[in-house]
Amino acid sequence: MSDARRIEPPESEVAKPFWDATREQRLVLQWCTDCGNAIFYPREVCPSCLRADGLEWRDASGRGEVYAVSVQHAAQVPMPAYETPYAVAVVELEEGVRMLSTIVGTDPEAVVVGQAVTVAWEPLSDGRNLPMFQPS
Amino acid sequence: MTSLRGAAAIVGVADDASPSGVLDLHGRALEAAMIREALDDAGLTIADVDGICYAGQGAGMGSLGLAEFLGIRPRYTDSTMTGGSSYEVYAEHAAAAIAAGLCDVVICVYASTPQGDRARAKARGGQGGGRRPMMMGGPNPNAEWEMPHGLRQPMGSYALAASRHMAMYGTTPEQLAHIAVSTRKWATLNPKARFQDPITIDDVLSSKMMSSPLHLLDCCLVTDGAGAFVMTSADRAKSLRKAPVYVLGAATCHDHSMISQMPDLATTAGAVSGPAAFAQAGVKPGDVDVLMGYDSFTITQLLHFEDLGFCAKGEGGAFVESTDTGPGGTLPTNTNGGGLSYTHPGMYGMFLLVEAVRQLRGEAGARQVDGCEVAVAHGSGGVLSCMSTTVLGTEAVLS
Repeated sequence: MSDARRIEPPESEVAKPFWDATREQRLVLQWCTDCGNAIFYPREVCPSCLRADGLEWRDASGRGEVYAVSVQHAAQVPMPAYETPYAVAVVELEEGVRMLSTIVGTDPEAVVVGQAVTVAWEPLSDGRNLPMFQPS
Repeated sequence: MTSLRGAAAIVGVADDASPSGVLDLHGRALEAAMIREALDDAGLTIADVDGICYAGQGAGMGSLGLAEFLGIRPRYTDSTMTGGSSYEVYAEHAAAAIAAGLCDVVICVYASTPQGDRARAKARGGQGGGRRPMMMGGPNPNAEWEMPHGLRQPMGSYALAASRHMAMYGTTPEQLAHIAVSTRKWATLNPKARFQDPITIDDVLSSKMMSSPLHLLDCCLVTDGAGAFVMTSADRAKSLRKAPVYVLGAATCHDHSMISQMPDLATTAGAVSGPAAFAQAGVKPGDVDVLMGYDSFTITQLLHFEDLGFCAKGEGGAFVESTDTGPGGTLPTNTNGGGLSYTHPGMYGMFLLVEAVRQLRGEAGARQVDGCEVAVAHGSGGVLSCMSTTVLGTEAVLS
């Protein structure tokens, strides 16, 4: 990963379907068909019923809203992707789960809680894409 | 037995920090100095110790290595790791173990010297400090789902909580700044505090923006520091050197590890641990003479005021504007100067307990709160993840 522009995520075994889908810029979420809940982050069992047999992957809407946001004025690590200032947010997806992500395609200082956002993608060095969000 | 109330008491304490931010001792030497000082304070010796609580340093098996170093064979051991709230968790566990007869005298120690470590590494010709390995083997959801986005840690997590609180309740940066200003007033009375010059709200708001909406002066320090406490049974405590400080109530709750998984970024697990510990102690927020709340950031302390019941959810901003929490105020809070201005070596929870004990004994010098009978040490560990509340009181409250 010598050409990595940012800290790149390891790929856990359970999340392989998630990362594989990002290669086609598709956002997928794990669901428990028994509980009817979307699950994030991906897990070996449903965190509500602790069962594995009801788990399946479904395409996600890619739509959500900003639940909380913080503009970073100094980077955690000096890599090209972390050009300050940049907005890191907790995004709540329509499916009800929350993910930490980066808000792109807008002035970072203009991002507000409650703002509607849609998934956007940044290429990683190994062909995967990192899900980010931009104003809808 | 349904309650810990009055079963055990803290009988010895020690802590150290320096206005320079750097301590001379480090590692085992510093830990041993704190243990000896706390035992001396109690009128006990290492031979009396049969229980140990220790979060460990770096890799290794926590309490095993320290006990071997000290030459003791404890029959109660606890290396629970909940970050900065570990010490309140240890107080709870130790009181329960003593109440159940598992052990008699428990020592708990903490030492961390990030400033001195950096200087020593530089003197050895290294780069200094050094980044911790991102992946230690095994599952690491943080590396997979959060780190790539470059949220500054830990402050970014707290910034997100502040963002949420502001959006939900209209809390302002000025209101958060009140907490830093009030805490600094206390630090002016602590000769060991890292920063002892008063600050204003404008100073906070004009300090460098770190992770919005948190400024530099909304953030805790990075300093060397160390401390220890000794706890024993109420019966044995009565015969020791100092007036016992009784554990009246203790409770813990954690509700996430990564910030994105926190159920409500504007409400901590302290809303569970606080009321539970207060109920066990038989006290209400209005009975608290000194509140020691883990102030890793100003937002952290604001959430404590709400979640412990000093004001309603969402009213923390108005509360800190209208309540004097400084010297001479109605709710003396973080009387040692806090993690914001006294010391913050990484896991600050030890210092909450030490200061609470000093206030209850009347040993707090220029910052002593008159008539202090009930004090609360409320630890926060991880990124607002694990809250642990210890309610402490004097003999007068117990009887």
